Amino acid sequence: MKHPILHPGMNLGPHHGQAHYDAERVTFGFWVFLMSDLIIFGLMFATYVTMANPTGLAGGPGPKDAYDLTNVYAQTMVLLVSSVTFGMASLAMRFERGSGPITLWLCITLALGLGFLTLELLDFSNMVEAGAVPSRSGFWSSFWGLVPLHGLHVFVGCLWISIMMIQMRIFGLAPVIKTRILRLGLFWHFLDLIWIGIFTIVYLGALSS
Amino acid sequence: MNPDDTIHWLIGRLGVSSLPILPAIENPTASELVGAGAASVAIFGAIGAVIFITWLGAWKTLWFDWLTSTDHKRIGIMYIVLALVMLARGVIEGVVMRTQQAFGLDGGFLAPDHFGELFTTHGTIMIFFVAMPLIAGIANYVMPLQIGARDMSFPVMNQISLGLTATGAALIMISLVIAQFSTGSWAAYPPYTGLDFQPGPGPDYWIWTIILAGIGTTMSGINFAVTIYKERAPGMTLFRMPLFTWTMLCTSIIMIFALPPLTVAALMQAADRYLDFHFFTNDLGGNMMNYVNLFWLFGHPEVYLLVIPAYGVFSETIATFSGKRLFGYNSLVFATMAIAVLSFSVWLHHFFTMGQSANVNIAFGIASMCIAVPTGVKIYDWMATMYRGRIRMSVPMIYAIGFFYLFTVGGLTGVMLANPTISYQVHNTLFLVAHFHNVIIPGVVFGLMSGYFYWFPKAFGFRLHEGWGRAIALFWIFGFSFTFFPLYVLGFMGMPRRSVSYTNPAFEPWMMVALFGAGLIFAALVSLFIQLRVSIRDRENLAVPVGDPWNGRTLEWSTSSPPPHYNFAVPPTVEDRDDFADAKAKGRAYQEPDAYEDIEVPENTPIGMIICVFGTLLGFALVFYIWWLALVSAVVIVVAIIARTFNLSTTRTIPAAEVAEEHRAWLAQVRATKAVTREAETKSTNHGLAGLETAPSDGEPA
Repeated sequence: MKHPILHPGMNLGPHHGQAHYDAERVTFGFWVFLMSDLIIFGLMFATYVTMANPTGLAGGPGPKDAYDLTNVYAQTMVLLVSSVTFGMASLAMRFERGSGPITLWLCITLALGLGFLTLELLDFSNMVEAGAVPSRSGFWSSFWGLVPLHGLHVFVGCLWISIMMIQMRIFGLAPVIKTRILRLGLFWHFLDLIWIGIFTIVYLGALSS
Repeated sequence: MNPDDTIHWLIGRLGVSSLPILPAIENPTASELVGAGAASVAIFGAIGAVIFITWLGAWKTLWFDWLTSTDHKRIGIMYIVLALVMLARGVIEGVVMRTQQAFGLDGGFLAPDHFGELFTTHGTIMIFFVAMPLIAGIANYVMPLQIGARDMSFPVMNQISLGLTATGAALIMISLVIAQFSTGSWAAYPPYTGLDFQPGPGPDYWIWTIILAGIGTTMSGINFAVTIYKERAPGMTLFRMPLFTWTMLCTSIIMIFALPPLTVAALMQAADRYLDFHFFTNDLGGNMMNYVNLFWLFGHPEVYLLVIPAYGVFSETIATFSGKRLFGYNSLVFATMAIAVLSFSVWLHHFFTMGQSANVNIAFGIASMCIAVPTGVKIYDWMATMYRGRIRMSVPMIYAIGFFYLFTVGGLTGVMLANPTISYQVHNTLFLVAHFHNVIIPGVVFGLMSGYFYWFPKAFGFRLHEGWGRAIALFWIFGFSFTFFPLYVLGFMGMPRRSVSYTNPAFEPWMMVALFGAGLIFAALVSLFIQLRVSIRDRENLAVPVGDPWNGRTLEWSTSSPPPHYNFAVPPTVEDRDDFADAKAKGRAYQEPDAYEDIEVPENTPIGMIICVFGTLLGFALVFYIWWLALVSAVVIVVAIIARTFNLSTTRTIPAAEVAEEHRAWLAQVRATKAVTREAETKSTNHGLAGLETAPSDGEPA
């Protein structure tokens, strides 16, 4: 028999007892928060697009002078793989493989997240050297408003993963820990989704125009 | 480091000259004295509050029962207290501005910058710290009761929302005493609010006030929406929900989607001012039109965010005080949803004159006019509810009637302004000021004031004084009319808004009439506090402990006044729309349940207060460039939130025996109380038990 789905995204399933039912409210609430956050990113994207023109560039360096697609491609791959590894952690939780495999997959995800941030910071420092700084033009302001905001979200995600690993050690897989990992998963995949937008619109879009 | 650097490091750009009292002593002009007077009122008000609480010996109660409470009812009351304090400041600022303009022919007594500060703080306060906390407060109190819930979905987040709103209010009060607020109006258009034109702390005050309070409101929206979707009692289907709950659902959806643009706009402005970004500057590719679009992408849904709950209140009070089921429930629900959706499609009508093509303007003009249609549907539904009802002309009905007439006028002038050709003629004149006050006061303020009167006995167990209530309603109705109808005329005569003075003597008589109206509104404000004082004094005579003073129709009236912490001894089972009216008619009300169960309620926590205090310090430090304090406050907030997640035992259990005892005591009180008919509604024999009466026409025609 198929069990009713209580909320969008992966459900823990009734064999998780209380955690499964607790998840309905908190996961739904987290989806609503993500919708609100998505509006913020959407508006940052819109601002970027309105600035990607000669007026917005104000005679400063353009996308071709500052973007390094090789690095950005590497960032993309690292972040996408981290989404897969988080998915493995979620599955390990759903099918009750114990906290060992969950911790392992979360560790890999954290390493990839930190790797992404390292690559991104490297990219940023190269851009600063190329003169693509926010004080140079409206266009670069909109870039530095959007991409580092995503990076900040990834940083928060990394912090959250670390906290969850500590809490799993202290509290084991208590229901509230499970529902927190469930929400962390949504957050992590959400950041992937935003990055797809950044890769396509911010980098490829600006370079192709 | 030399001493100057040390001081600079320690207190940023704070200085002795930041205090408005000193310039007033050096240069005692009327304008400076008004500013210094306001600062002293803020200071003495704060000291007075501290002395009063100490005199009552209430610090412990305040901390343990209120500030750390996660009970949605107490949080709701605290929101309303905050809103009333801010209302006092907002109204007084309005009266000062009216006085300035009444004597503003070739001068007046206020300096232009001071006048600029006044209209900026007046607008910011009235929208963000009066209307929104009143809505959040009433919704917090009433909505969970209406759907038969025990609390909000996220009680701790609810407390944090309140804390952040209070942070914003605190910053704007501090700006009265230390340095100046922005002079760039509540909409804060750059580049005027940029560093080039206002290097001082004013716009920074605005930015951090808005960002902190805005985040709180977004979280409130999430909380309300999830509560309505997930916490309804068994049987409470969506189309059995009371209309106020429906309107709160629409409002919370607007909060979730419309507050982010404001946060983005304010953050971008902060980046421009602090980090040398160029989002909205005149030079280097900045584009201020992006700001205008972002701001009104928030700003227009915002006005519907404000007025939709007022529609909800009127839907409740008109049905209750007509003794009838609401006419056209479904059409009211769909009309509300239609307004909520349309509200996102009209923002451009705030700047028809700022350079779009005529085709773009007309598209948004038509969309704006469309909103009048669902609003008209509502007005007819309410009037049809009254038709052949047993109407009691009590306070909420006086507000409702005033609302019908005045709000319709405001709506019609809105349709006029939605026409771009007319908008070109009257834009930036007092016509616009008259229009939006004409929708906000008769719509939002009347609605929320009647809601305050209507649900007060639910929250405190005694009614508000009826006579003073009628006086307040009439003061508002006539005060509004005398203040703002002259401004329509002045707008047609071409008087620009936000003018500190003028040279055309023809304006003066109209300004005098407006000043008289402002006096009446001030009388409404004073009467509001007198009413509270009188009602507290006479609370024995006004007591309604049984909890149903108005023969209410919805679930919130089916529990005691004030309700217990857990709201309902057992979750109600809903069988009908207007379930409590149905229960009373069929004898289902006031029954003892078969069994009681243990109830889990959220524990108290200081997290909201920690965020409130350190959020205020953070905002203050950022305004005055005190970087060490900003860093410390931010770290404290983050650490407090993380530490909170390590506490897994966040609830406590109220044993079934205790619940049973309280509930049986209340039921005994119900049985010992004599039911009253509606004739005795406002008399001291009304203890909150309604006698069964059949209305002359029971509900909608078959």
